[in-house]
Amino acid sequence: MNLPPVIFAQGLTKRFHSFIAVDHLNLTINKGEVIGFIGPNGAGKSTTIRMLCSLLRPSEGQAFVAGFDVARQPEAVRAHIGYMSQKFSLYGDLTVRENLRFFGGIYHVPRRDMAERMAFAISMAGLQRREDTLVRTLAGGWKQRLALGCAILHRPPVLFLDEPTSGVEPEARRHFWDLIHELAEGGVTTLVSTHYMDEAEYCNRIALIDRGKLIALASPRELRSLELGGELYEISCTPLGSALKILSEAPGVVEAAIFGDKLHVVLGSGGLGAADLPHFLGEQGVHADSAHPVMPSLEDVFVQLVSSDREARVIA
Amino acid sequence: MNVRRLYALAFKETLQVWRDPRSLAIALLMPLMQMGMLGYGVSLDIKHVPLCVFDQEHSQASRSIVDSFVSSGWFLISRTLDRQPDLRNVMDRGDCNAAIIIPANFSRTLAATGTASIQAVFDATDVNTTNIAMGYAQGAIAQANAELDAQWAASHGVLPYLVNQVDLEPSTWFNETLDSRNFIIPGVVAVILALVGAQLTSLTISREWERGTMEQLISTPVTALEVMLGKLIPYFVVGLIDAGFCLAAAVFWFHVPFRGNVVTLFVTSLLFLIVVLGIGYLISVHIRSQLGASQIALLVTMLPTTLLSGYTFPIDQMPAPIQALSLAVYPRYYVSILRAIFLKGSNLADLWIPLLGLSVYAIVIIWLAARAFHKRLD
Repeated sequence: MNLPPVIFAQGLTKRFHSFIAVDHLNLTINKGEVIGFIGPNGAGKSTTIRMLCSLLRPSEGQAFVAGFDVARQPEAVRAHIGYMSQKFSLYGDLTVRENLRFFGGIYHVPRRDMAERMAFAISMAGLQRREDTLVRTLAGGWKQRLALGCAILHRPPVLFLDEPTSGVEPEARRHFWDLIHELAEGGVTTLVSTHYMDEAEYCNRIALIDRGKLIALASPRELRSLELGGELYEISCTPLGSALKILSEAPGVVEAAIFGDKLHVVLGSGGLGAADLPHFLGEQGVHADSAHPVMPSLEDVFVQLVSSDREARVIA
Repeated sequence: MNVRRLYALAFKETLQVWRDPRSLAIALLMPLMQMGMLGYGVSLDIKHVPLCVFDQEHSQASRSIVDSFVSSGWFLISRTLDRQPDLRNVMDRGDCNAAIIIPANFSRTLAATGTASIQAVFDATDVNTTNIAMGYAQGAIAQANAELDAQWAASHGVLPYLVNQVDLEPSTWFNETLDSRNFIIPGVVAVILALVGAQLTSLTISREWERGTMEQLISTPVTALEVMLGKLIPYFVVGLIDAGFCLAAAVFWFHVPFRGNVVTLFVTSLLFLIVVLGIGYLISVHIRSQLGASQIALLVTMLPTTLLSGYTFPIDQMPAPIQALSLAVYPRYYVSILRAIFLKGSNLADLWIPLLGLSVYAIVIIWLAARAFHKRLD
């Protein structure tokens, strides 16, 4: 199967005067993928999404969405995407049903399909019997699900969701991600930006972006195993501060960091082994329990990636 | 252009106006209030000028002079004086705006020489009122003269027309009663529509920016032209309702004579609304906050409309550069159109000059408005 990518960007760059918001970004995203767009605030996530939606003109580079050039064919792009902007963007002074009807009209959903699509959106958002409620009176989670419902009324093959779950309670976030996966099973390609690290786990692949640059684009599993440069172990020791200092300079230790009341240590090959750690620390006056391997959280990985990338950029 | 999208936009906009107390107040309450305030407040007529009389003679001739002032209907005797120095006090207190002083030898001088003077004093702090009151006083004196002539002629056995050789019989067309309200009210309607129309549409695009709904709207395949038309259509309906209300109030409440036909009125009002709503929309596209947009709209429409539209201050009395400037003040065309339709019963062909002015304006505004809105954030 050799389908063309649904989202393709090459050297995509956006400058605002002298500030470079997005810096030569390359992306290739295939049909049905759920891509998590992750990075600190101001990293360029929203700017990238807006360029892909033809809302901002790229300063340099190219991007194609659903086969259309975002710079030259903005209307064709817009007809094939669903977009949820960062700020809640439905009409608060309209009811649930009126919002859906409005977007149905704007997206030119065939009239004969409207009843069915609206019913689907309402049940998806869990808003049965609230069809005639003014949207501004709805709770956050409902609003977000309704916004998603409005964005997919015209069955777009590509969805751009800019921090759709920010400010939404955890259970509603979970529910929201279930919806995204249901859509992905139907072949919808989705780019979701988020600053919740735990949500990265729900994505097929993660695009990590920092200071306008794409640092990594890989599945959560690949990121964990490849990017740490070794195996991650957790160890309890007292005093924590001296243990950190000792291990940071010990042979074979790639990285050591305090994680709660314990230490996280990444061990490379050809130095200390996990079994040697309590003895090694004991010799230097630190009491330590035995180290056991842990699954690195994606947060560990991101911190590692972002800091090593920044170091690399300083050197370069 | 897609009718379905146009309908969706227009319907949504209607719901929003209907549910927004501020828009609704501008749409329905503002014309009502302005019609009341401007309709009643602005009048250039001066009736019942308070008059102070200092008659030093109390003769038949002096009383007939005073009578001719009173019977003219323009003056009302508010004080009679016994001493000349009191006049200053009476004027200072504002008890009268005009005074006549008849000298003690009035009828003797008149009988001896055939001519005599009386003095009239006016409080000229309000120049306009004074000018008009002076005109009234001259009218009253002319009337008194005619009567004196007739008496003189009768007593000398001569026919009076030999004395009064030229008599002017003024005939006031189109506003026979010379009621300034008939002249001002049609202008007031134009001013109200200019203000209200621009206020209404100045909120339409800025509201979307302010509430964050614009980004969603421009991410859809809707076109800029559809946005413009879809948003303006509901305000056209509101504008027509307002126009209908104001014009009906002019005819049925203020009793301004309506001599034209309704179709002419409708066509010209529609054209004016295009300009007015288009200007508000243009402002709305460029100012992204509702408050800012509505203030700019007020500033842009209020001063030129009240000062340079000719609705109270006659344009042909202005200095040439200001007159040239007033060509750019679109309400002036509608003011003159409305006056002509109401009072003269003019038809579209008669009105071709102001219609041309309005049409040029409408085309330019719509052209600018259609190009102003871009579906981009940068």
